[in-house]
Amino acid sequence: MPVASISVSDAPLLRYTLRRADDALILGHRLSEWCGHAPMMEEDMALANMGLDLIGQARSLYAYAAKVEAAGRDEDAYAYLRDVRGYGNLLLLEQPNGDFAQTMLRQFLYAAFIDPWWRTMMASADTTLAAIAAKAEKETAYHLRHASEWVVRLGDGTQESHRRAQAALDALWPFTGEMFEVDPAERELIAEGVAIDPEALRAGWRETVAGVLAQATLAVPQNDWMQKGGRNGHHTEHLGHLLSELQYLQRAFPGAVW
Amino acid sequence: MNAAALDRGAAVLDEARRIAGAVVDPEIPVLSIADLGVLREVRLNDGRIEVLITPTYSGCPAMTMIALEIELALEQAGLGPATVTTVLSPAWTTDWMSEDGRRKLTEYGVAPPAKSAGRRALFSTEEVACPQCGSADTSRLAEFGSTSCKALWRCNACREPFDYFRCH
Repeated sequence: MPVASISVSDAPLLRYTLRRADDALILGHRLSEWCGHAPMMEEDMALANMGLDLIGQARSLYAYAAKVEAAGRDEDAYAYLRDVRGYGNLLLLEQPNGDFAQTMLRQFLYAAFIDPWWRTMMASADTTLAAIAAKAEKETAYHLRHASEWVVRLGDGTQESHRRAQAALDALWPFTGEMFEVDPAERELIAEGVAIDPEALRAGWRETVAGVLAQATLAVPQNDWMQKGGRNGHHTEHLGHLLSELQYLQRAFPGAVW
Repeated sequence: MNAAALDRGAAVLDEARRIAGAVVDPEIPVLSIADLGVLREVRLNDGRIEVLITPTYSGCPAMTMIALEIELALEQAGLGPATVTTVLSPAWTTDWMSEDGRRKLTEYGVAPPAKSAGRRALFSTEEVACPQCGSADTSRLAEFGSTSCKALWRCNACREPFDYFRCH
């Protein structure tokens, strides 16, 4: 018999932690989908390695969420037993892999944000989040470098790779505004020094993005209309399909272990 | 506790530290967790030995294996059952790798990590000496290698490919 979904409370720190855990899990899962399919062996390993880093970060964050919620749940419960509406990841990260250019542009736009984000979180008043940040920032520094190199290679490569990279950038751009979104509950955490105000990272993000895109001969999209909803569980159609694969085993065989 | 009992406690801890520290990384079996800097502390908690370790990479699958190996080694030495606790802070860095560990890595054919200071520039690459012939004329083939901690490099002098333990 299928197992019922769980719902979690709105406690600000729990929500904040789960949203970031969801970001890491969903992007990690997307990267894992490349395993065995990447255009070359080195990239197959790179994408799987980065996926592993992200899933490791997700595990640390979910384990902390379980401690914060103190409802006797473990990390797996959040990953496997919440439905689409319960997930609070960024819409950008659930977008399908598409071609290699789309995967790399998605990776780049996010890494340029999350790498300085983790480095800033190292100063969080919450010692567990600060400790997770100190590990994660070393990993995301590599992710940013790797993605930046590919954006330049694709953008400043052949006519076809340039066309695909620009198309991917234009398609993903409306999902980047969500990274800087803050809700009232998060505002409280920022005031307490637990969370950081992403607005403070915007100028640095724009600078990294503009610098790499210029080197890649890609045009920064001028359309600044931004899509939102992911943080509150309003997702694109893609997340449900992703979860149906990610959660299948635990839903069909509740509590299965090996 | 009298002086004799304290001495015994200290001797047990030394022994436990030696045994736990000798557990090797399953991915790089020439490196012990003491060499890696993964072993942080061994202490007594109500007569039970507690081993504190720090994870290397967030998603490194070797950590589960290492924790099991520590429990097993202490059990076999008659010092169990022991508890293995993971501590996140301060975050592990390759700077903690011992000189002995760096030498063993090179002999094993893996170039040891550069010190972490030079890591930040966006498009930089490290200077890595070939562990085979020692030449500094090397190039990076792939940033991400066969495990989380390794990158794939090639020596332009002796033409041999080699693993580089990534600076973290």
